[in-house]
Amino acid sequence: MSGVNKVARKSVLGVLVVGAVITVFPFLLVLMNSVKSPQDYTAKGPLGLPSGVYLKGITDFWLRVDFGEKLLNSTVIAGSVAVLAVAVSILMAYALGIGRVKGRTWIIAIFLLANLMPQEALIYPLYFLAKEVDLYDTKLAVIIIFTAIQSAFGVYLLSSVLSTFPREIIEAARIDGANRWQVLWRVVVPLSWPTLSVLLVFFFIWTWNEFFIPMIMLVSNDNQTVPVALGVLQGQRLMDVTAQSASALLGIVPAVVFFLIFQRTLTRGIAVGAVK
Amino acid sequence: MTLRHQDAATPPVAEPAGGATTSPPPRAPKKAGRAAERSRGYLPYLVPGVLLFVAVIAVPLAMNVGISFTRWQGVGEPDWVGWQQYQKLFTDETFWLSFRNNLALIVAMAIIPTFLGLLVATALFDVVSKEHPRTTTTLRAAFYLPQVLPAVVAGVVWGWILHPEYGSMNALLRLVGLDSWAHDWLGDEKTALLSVMAVLVWIQIGYPLVIFMAGLQRVDPQLYEAAALDGASWWRRLWSVTVPQIRQEIFVVLLTCTIAALKSFDKIFVLTKGGPGGSTLTPAYFSWQNFFDKFNVGYGAAIATVLAAIIVGLSFLFLRAQNREER
Repeated sequence: MSGVNKVARKSVLGVLVVGAVITVFPFLLVLMNSVKSPQDYTAKGPLGLPSGVYLKGITDFWLRVDFGEKLLNSTVIAGSVAVLAVAVSILMAYALGIGRVKGRTWIIAIFLLANLMPQEALIYPLYFLAKEVDLYDTKLAVIIIFTAIQSAFGVYLLSSVLSTFPREIIEAARIDGANRWQVLWRVVVPLSWPTLSVLLVFFFIWTWNEFFIPMIMLVSNDNQTVPVALGVLQGQRLMDVTAQSASALLGIVPAVVFFLIFQRTLTRGIAVGAVK
Repeated sequence: MTLRHQDAATPPVAEPAGGATTSPPPRAPKKAGRAAERSRGYLPYLVPGVLLFVAVIAVPLAMNVGISFTRWQGVGEPDWVGWQQYQKLFTDETFWLSFRNNLALIVAMAIIPTFLGLLVATALFDVVSKEHPRTTTTLRAAFYLPQVLPAVVAGVVWGWILHPEYGSMNALLRLVGLDSWAHDWLGDEKTALLSVMAVLVWIQIGYPLVIFMAGLQRVDPQLYEAAALDGASWWRRLWSVTVPQIRQEIFVVLLTCTIAALKSFDKIFVLTKGGPGGSTLTPAYFSWQNFFDKFNVGYGAAIATVLAAIIVGLSFLFLRAQNREER
């Protein structure tokens, strides 16, 4: 910009870089301390550089909470929810956006509201009902609940995307003899795949990050997800310094891996979501 | 988180978060008869979604409202007590305290991040991005990084950093000679809420940043050139050109972050458990305590119902204000 001179530019850049470093600093601290031995930590405190790479803190913590199992649980739950919720959303959005079913404005508004509902206002009945139908403390209960919650958002978003779907394409397919179901699978789904893939990624990550409902529904150790296992351990006496930094690291790593894999999808998706 | 959110995050993620503003698809031209006939064929496609909605959201929500009119410990028959739980709620100091705390969390999750996000986004966009596109991407990713963490993990990280004995925060203060500042950040009534707020700002900042940067790309550069010709200062351009141009994004961010703040449970659970002395208690946490800790299920349900009503009311107000803007 013409009004901004060179010195001002450099100082703004400097301030931004400092801000970014402060933002990332906690991640570096966790990384640095999770490879410190307890002796090293006692001697140098949290800010000293580690004198070697000590992985026993991490492996001990991994074994103690059976972290592999937690990762598997989280993957199964988040993966199933992502696929099922996208499937449910596209079916409904097909009827609402393309089929233009009567009363669709109301249906969409109600689903949007459903998505905004605080989970606190659903949890006790869900907990009670899950016990009644013998689904309490099962992954299936959590999968069903989040399929409903995420698809409420998916219906809302996809309906508006599909309402702008070119009708000529659908009519051409119908003339070629395709029935409704074939039009959906062979025409609508492939053509809206970019949006669907964004939704898949978001549903997966949102579900992965959930804590409240999984914590209440999944009480036994072998059903718990990563956030639940880390969250309920926090503040317990057996959490010493090394265990704390190890648990922080193990929580961070999957999230950062998803971020790196899906970075482009995520930033594109967030922006699409905001203007949609 | 985002897109929503949430997430909200999604948004939310996120939480929740992002996207609450799509206007519903335009109405089909009214050609009753045949069109209605045709659209009836699509009804089966609604079945799975509607069933899930009824079982997981509508019925539990209605049950929750029902429970809020009873006294119930979670077992046996609930006692119908009418409005009693709500009367209790309005005179309960603890509830009002949790509510005031929640206002502080709204400041930390919605207002401060929106303001900072706007500053950083415009700074990145018009000072850095033209000369250093690479740096811009890296800086944006750095600010966004905390957003990708599950809230619980962010809480674990900060609980460890703010730990009174072995935490890095106190070590850092001692290192720079501010020994007297070192103390139990989350365990002291005076600093607990402020510490939680700081953590929330750290978590939240990336979300408005990414949304605003995407919005800024839409703004016609000629508007800035015109403003520059008029001799408008950087602040003046921010306020008179940028803000009005991306107000839709600002609306979405404020709405979704406010709603996410009203649902604050997980960070509180991990960082402070609502303490010390209720100084970080939120209505969401308070309702959970009543459900599962104190077995005052009826009271917990009343708190949750009030929370839901506030969120619905707020969404309506925001959406109406936005519709008026658009017209």
